Amino acid sequence: MNNTNLLNLIDITVSFEGFLALNKLNLNLNKGELRAVIGPNGAGKTTFLDVITGKVKPTKGEVIFKGKSLVGRKEHKIARLGVGRKFQSPRIFENLTVKENLEISVSTPKSPLNLINKSIKDEQLNEIERLMKIVNLAQKVDSKAGSLSHGQKQWLEIAMLVGQKPDLMLVDEPVAGLTDEETDLTADLLKSLSGENTVVVIDHDMEFIRRLDSNVSVLNQGTVLCEGTMETIQKDQKVIDVYLGRPED
Amino acid sequence: MSLSKIKFDKKIVLSFWIILIALIIAAPTLLPVFRLNLLGRYLSLSIVALGVDLIWGYTGLLSLGQGIFFALGGYCAAMYLQITSSSEFPNNIPEFFALYGVEKLPFFWEPFRSPVFTFFAIWIIPALVAGLIGFLVFRNRIKGVYFSILTQASLLVFFNFFNGQQKLINGTNGLKTDVTQLFGQMVGSESMQRIFFWITAILVIAAWFFAKWVVKGRFGNILIGIRDDEPRVRFTGYNPVIFKTIIFSIAGGLAGISGALYTVQSGIVSPQFMTVPFSIEMVIWVAVGGRGTLLGAILGAVFINYAKSLVSEALPASWMFIQGGLFILVVTALPEGVLGWIQGDGPRNLLQRFGLKRKIETYPSLEVNNKEGDNE
Repeated sequence: MNNTNLLNLIDITVSFEGFLALNKLNLNLNKGELRAVIGPNGAGKTTFLDVITGKVKPTKGEVIFKGKSLVGRKEHKIARLGVGRKFQSPRIFENLTVKENLEISVSTPKSPLNLINKSIKDEQLNEIERLMKIVNLAQKVDSKAGSLSHGQKQWLEIAMLVGQKPDLMLVDEPVAGLTDEETDLTADLLKSLSGENTVVVIDHDMEFIRRLDSNVSVLNQGTVLCEGTMETIQKDQKVIDVYLGRPED
Repeated sequence: MSLSKIKFDKKIVLSFWIILIALIIAAPTLLPVFRLNLLGRYLSLSIVALGVDLIWGYTGLLSLGQGIFFALGGYCAAMYLQITSSSEFPNNIPEFFALYGVEKLPFFWEPFRSPVFTFFAIWIIPALVAGLIGFLVFRNRIKGVYFSILTQASLLVFFNFFNGQQKLINGTNGLKTDVTQLFGQMVGSESMQRIFFWITAILVIAAWFFAKWVVKGRFGNILIGIRDDEPRVRFTGYNPVIFKTIIFSIAGGLAGISGALYTVQSGIVSPQFMTVPFSIEMVIWVAVGGRGTLLGAILGAVFINYAKSLVSEALPASWMFIQGGLFILVVTALPEGVLGWIQGDGPRNLLQRFGLKRKIETYPSLEVNNKEGDNE
């Protein structure tokens, strides 16, 4: 495994009026790694993504990405540094076509001047075509994104994420509401993305996580309970307790 | 769907332009000067409506303060006209100053001696003011109804300020332009009014092309993205603050041009341009015409205002009821406005409901094999 560090979360604490959504969370990611993050409801999974992407400012702690601190940076700056995010429910621009959605994601530089008086570059058009093939949306180029099925919306959003060419992809529940077949395809897609990209997948679908065949971090009550492969995790007594809902001692 | 829709849009747009250009060419000979002047005024209002459509229809920013920028443009034009026509008055300054014992021209009037400065000031000053207000508001992530309230509050601030400054800009009386001179002619004269009508007609068309250019392509798509899901735009690496500031500033500039044209054709600019109802009316024109269609904004502004003057002549007290009714109709039955309703196959659906037209037999949203389906 390539051991260059990409992301370090150091002692992250997020307090919402006294409620600790994250409590001294520590997590390290290496370049090219595929990491699954699981945890029961309210464990802080989404807050964890909010902290990295700048939506929530941590009360305490430090987020280091490619050697730079992300704390206090605006969301769009963090996105430009190379952090891409896919939301829990598909967040695409429903009133734009599939192609227009992808244009928004692949266009660089992301300045108004560039967008208003230049047409899109050829290599970006090629990239859009490539992405549409990967996610099987080539037939839907000019359809309104709002008319897609749920699974297609999820894939469009993943394609938009890839189109941004981020160094770090944060994927929140990519298989919620997908059929088994679509789930398998999504798992394969995410696996094929890692290596070149660093991918963090958040989900609680165990079958799906197992299919990813990656290291797993278990979150509980705002902190990392345990880390390791799927097998180790499943044997861990603490994890079993949390997932079976037994009260903690 | 997409292809047939585009064709349909093109047909509407084309026929609209043919009718509009025919009307504009015919109007000066067909209409008496009084009516021509009214039409010219309403055409100039359609420019401010275009701006409202850009910020509200496309970007989702419901501004209730466009009157600020409209009035600023009007004041810029009026100040120039007053000052160039003041040579026979005491101290060579506009007549009203004498009423308040002002002997020296306030400093900010000076640049308006220059026609070139005025030409640029008419749209740049409102655009800058809009940009500044917009930037401060957007930077603090003030959105939705809070944005609307803030713009309305700013409108009241400007209204009260302009209303109270007798010694600077003649306060509540405003600045008259119809008895001023421009290039040796009386601004209120018939021949000048005809010229203003032409200028307005040309500028409406130019403004439409400009707005069209702004919203086509990726820039316009980002605006729509901001309207529909602003955080998503941000997480994709765009800074919505800049985009919103630019479009708000463009709408301000359009409002300024509109205000200047309206001023020279109505003969006066006064703080009445900054009353709350007037700015709300601008929104109603766009809502009735059709948000996010540009054309709807122009049609809405012209037709509603023309109807207003016709109705007010026949039944003086009834216009407010009709306007209120129109707004209710749009909110409840035609949320996309008249043009949006037409584009969305509204007339066909209506006829079908009354059994006057057969239902289309092909299933409209069958897009699985849209390669063939679209090329019918």
